[in-house]
Amino acid sequence: MTAPTLPKRQLQWRKWLLTGIMVLGLIWSIGITNANLGLFFKNFSQFTVIFTEMAHVDWSYAYYTIDPMIQTLKMAIIGTLIGSAVAFPYALLVSRNIVTNKIVVGIFRFVLNIVRTIPDLMLAALFVAIVGIGPVAGIFALAIFTFGMVGKLFYEAVETIDPGPLEALKAAGAGRIEMIRFAVLPQIANYFVSFVLYAFEINVRASTVLGYMGAGGIGIYLQQALSMFRYDRVGLIVLVIFAVVLVIDYISGKAREVLL
Amino acid sequence: MNRSASLPKAPLQHRWRNWLLTIITLAIIVWSFTGMPSLEIKPNAWVVTKSIAAGLAHPDFSYVWTGDGEDLTSTLLQTLGIAFLGTFISAIISLPFAFWAANTQHKFWLTTRSGKFVLTAIRTFPEIVLALMFIKAVGPGSFAGVLAVGFHSVGMLAKLFSEAIENMNNRAGEAVIAAGGNRLDVTVIASLPQLIPEFVSNTLYRFELAIRSASILGMVGAGGVGTPLIFAIQTRSWSRVGIILYGIIILVTLTDWLSGFLRKRLV
Repeated sequence: MTAPTLPKRQLQWRKWLLTGIMVLGLIWSIGITNANLGLFFKNFSQFTVIFTEMAHVDWSYAYYTIDPMIQTLKMAIIGTLIGSAVAFPYALLVSRNIVTNKIVVGIFRFVLNIVRTIPDLMLAALFVAIVGIGPVAGIFALAIFTFGMVGKLFYEAVETIDPGPLEALKAAGAGRIEMIRFAVLPQIANYFVSFVLYAFEINVRASTVLGYMGAGGIGIYLQQALSMFRYDRVGLIVLVIFAVVLVIDYISGKAREVLL
Repeated sequence: MNRSASLPKAPLQHRWRNWLLTIITLAIIVWSFTGMPSLEIKPNAWVVTKSIAAGLAHPDFSYVWTGDGEDLTSTLLQTLGIAFLGTFISAIISLPFAFWAANTQHKFWLTTRSGKFVLTAIRTFPEIVLALMFIKAVGPGSFAGVLAVGFHSVGMLAKLFSEAIENMNNRAGEAVIAAGGNRLDVTVIASLPQLIPEFVSNTLYRFELAIRSASILGMVGAGGVGTPLIFAIQTRSWSRVGIILYGIIILVTLTDWLSGFLRKRLV
């Protein structure tokens, strides 16, 4: 019973080249990071010790996590709001079908791309240095983070709209504001709300750890519990975060389903 | 009954719904501003902002390469290594999780549900906490960062993988079975050729995100460029913060560009 053979494939040297690069990259990265799986398995008991400590959740602490968790949510809401509010006009500015000046689009897009590369925790650390420890720093960090994330989603949506209404309005002599109001907005309003909700989901996750840098919310409690080696409290905080994120994701997911 | 049926009801309902949603949204927004400390900016905030701006304008170029292994180039390369190895590990761990969570035919619903739940739990577990736990286990340094990235990425990568499995075209597999192939044949001849490009593309995408997290994990001691960054911020040496920030921006932009290029070629 010989299995039917497949037609022989041509030697794909490009695939081999990529595989070679991957293997080299692997060896290089193992070297540079001092990766040592043996050490990991040897000390795995340490890891499980922490894990079992976290599993013995300190429920009595639950009451104290309510207020910071609410603050975290408020931070996420305000940050998302400010970021999206700035991102909306900015996105119109970098959409090629609204602004035809290539240089303007190029420059503003470049700025947006740069903003997108800055990690959220670094933003938090910077704003803590500027406005001091507290939720305001977190709000600023989240607003900029949201701006970068939502701005890109916004302009990509604006660029995919049906050009028909735009051309019709232009032919009828409409100004730019009227074109945006009657041709762009009706086509993308739902997408925008959906993106904002999506950003809010991500921000809730992000804001839970921003406090680690001193930017308010439950992250501060997380940091305290970690520095005091109270892993039972860490476990509780992680559980609270998990529950809140699940609920927010569910609500926001349902809302987005209705919208799209 | 008759009358109401003849009325165009939907628009009114929609209007009601829209008003209700607007009011709820506004209420939530107003509520979130309550209890916030009014923008009590520190008196020296302006001074700090100005010195940060000055630091960003005059980055400390001498830090780019000092040769002692603690400079920007070395730590950025370390960050790259953490992201690369971490993503590689997570791609391997993700495979079984993806098949567990994928909602395919002939599968008990609880299996899929539990798989998806576990993945959500992994996604939500703060990466920083994970990094600190691994630091406890293997000591501070890049390897803890690799493990943190490797395990945390599973939550998202396995989800993307499982979606690829769900969207797979089953016809090729059916053809293999019809021609007398067994399950192994189905996997090797029909499934893998469809899945591998998707998997590679997802992994590359996750690698872009891993670069970002690898660059901040150092803030808690898990190696990479985050460590000098947090020191520079704490000591207020803004020109050094500036050069590190530019370094991160260049690294992230380059990897985004390269990975985007490769992903376009794949699909």
